[in-house]
Amino acid sequence: MKGKSNFVLLIFAIAIAIFPVVVGSVQSISHYVDVMVFAGIFALVSMGLSLLMGYAGQISLAQAAFMGIGAYASGILTTHFGWPSSVALVCGMILTGAVAYVIGVPSLKLKGHYLAMATLGFGMIVHIVFNEEVNLTGGPSGLVGIETLGLGNLRLESLYAWYYFVWACVVVFLIFCLNLVKSRIGRAFLAIHADERAAEAMGVSVSAYKVKVFVLSAMMASLAGSLYAHYVEFINPSSFNLMWSIRFVLMVMVGGLQSLWGAVFGTIFLTFLSNEWLQVFSEFEMLIYGVILLIIALFIPRGLVPAIVETIRRRKFAAKS
Amino acid sequence: MDRVILKLENVTRQFGGVTALSGINYSIPEGIIQAIIGPNGAGKTTLFNCISGMLTLTSGKIFFNNSRIDELPAHQIATLGVSRTFQHVALFKNMTVLENVMIGRHTKSKSGFLSCGLRSPFMKREEKEIKERARHFLDYVGLIGEEKVMAGSLPLGKQKILEIARALATEPKLLLLDEPAGGLNTTETEQLGDLIEKIRELGITVLLVEHDMNLVMERSDRVLVLNHGTVLASGTPKDVKNNEKVVEVYLGSMEF
Ligand SMILES: Nc1ncnc2c1ncn2[C@@H]1O[C@H](COP(=O)(O)OP(=O)(O)OP(=O)(O)O)[C@@H](O)[C@H]1O
Ligand SMILES: [Mg+2]
Repeated sequence: MKGKSNFVLLIFAIAIAIFPVVVGSVQSISHYVDVMVFAGIFALVSMGLSLLMGYAGQISLAQAAFMGIGAYASGILTTHFGWPSSVALVCGMILTGAVAYVIGVPSLKLKGHYLAMATLGFGMIVHIVFNEEVNLTGGPSGLVGIETLGLGNLRLESLYAWYYFVWACVVVFLIFCLNLVKSRIGRAFLAIHADERAAEAMGVSVSAYKVKVFVLSAMMASLAGSLYAHYVEFINPSSFNLMWSIRFVLMVMVGGLQSLWGAVFGTIFLTFLSNEWLQVFSEFEMLIYGVILLIIALFIPRGLVPAIVETIRRRKFAAKS
Repeated sequence: MDRVILKLENVTRQFGGVTALSGINYSIPEGIIQAIIGPNGAGKTTLFNCISGMLTLTSGKIFFNNSRIDELPAHQIATLGVSRTFQHVALFKNMTVLENVMIGRHTKSKSGFLSCGLRSPFMKREEKEIKERARHFLDYVGLIGEEKVMAGSLPLGKQKILEIARALATEPKLLLLDEPAGGLNTTETEQLGDLIEKIRELGITVLLVEHDMNLVMERSDRVLVLNHGTVLASGTPKDVKNNEKVVEVYLGSMEF
């Protein structure tokens, strides 16, 4: 079983590695590399959200806000204060983690819709701050002149460098999260999801674990935000509004809530859908998302990736017997 | 004098206007099977919830091994060595039988986020140990071979036993069983009785809330009778069976 999952990871890593080579050689789709950089950045957010929602069973509509805090921390610290981008990125993650802790302790006591409302409210407040703190954030017109990410003399100058760096981050976090869910901590998440009282009775500190996974997911979103800011070199509040938080929830749900692979593939799928295939329909984007969500909820509630895995497994089974 | 493992001091719990427990004083010696019986709504489950920390007391104190536990959160009480099952089966239905019991090892392991995410050698060793111990407890209750089944798809009888295995996996000193025979047939109840006696042999004190009077009278060392949140009577099964008040409010309607 362990050998098999390592094999899947290896195949995935190879596919990711050769993707730009293949796509780059075809003129009409060579910009897919750029789309994939965005997909990778978003995947960091959705993997964290998968841990939080799919495994621990806690909803959050604040992930875009956490991403925004990371992005603005990087943007502000590098442009206004001249900090090195790597230091700003780490500080952004720590700041976001601290904010998530402060927000998480009271709001994670709430359940279901109430938790959704609390995180939504928080997201809106953050959005307002981005808009109003014009001196620091540039307000609605955004923050310009953010330089690319670098560490000492090493700088991410090319699209390909960005692509490989972002996806290396995704693979590292994917492995980390896959390990996590297959450990005592992942089991504690699932236990909390299934029955909080029973989890407590087994000695699982439910409130502590909820806050910890919330903080982890926020820090992953913050990392994604910093990468986004340095990649695009420009940020404005609308990249981190409620719509984006909903998109992240959708990315996780399409792929399969309780599947980290699902989060990655759901993110790739929806990123291509909105950036590429549906651009002509951009005004109806939300409508189309609504339809997708409805289809998923009605016909494949566990999400695409688990459904596909199950089908393949059954085929194999049928072939054997 | 036997050592007291659990001491209830004036334990009171109200829900709005309803007094579910009213000034209970009682001590339980270590190593016995202590039954707790009483009519529906007597406060048995409420008492379990108070002992295990799922409910706070309105007033009174609870001592476990001479230290006060009624103000601790439930997970800390579990860590100290109090484990329980639930009247309405509360398994983790989204997990396999083995994983359910592995959760029981949570307090006996300590790998953190980093250690787990990076699969440190310490974590791997611990994970192996968790699995081995979990298998041991499944074996102990006779559920080995069902490890990979989803907990929710077991028949009720086995779910009840699995809940006991999960509780045992925490290696408790005090085990609270809330109507473990509820929904079991006579053979299953008989086996359950054997299991409970086997658990006592491990040195674990068992608190048994049960409506099955055969099980209670045959297997328990002592019986506490609750009625409307107060102690109606207590003593050996024989004392209780012959107690007029108990017969009047509870046992009179039963056959055993
Ligand atoms: N969470 C709660 N909120 C309000 N009232 C409650 C709550 N839990 C229990 N009660 C009340 O407390 C009293 C005792 O209930 P409890 O569940 O402890 O009884 P019990 O002895 O376990 O009964 P049974 O044999 O039916 O399980 C009942 O009157 C019940 O309605
Ligand atoms: Mg009860």
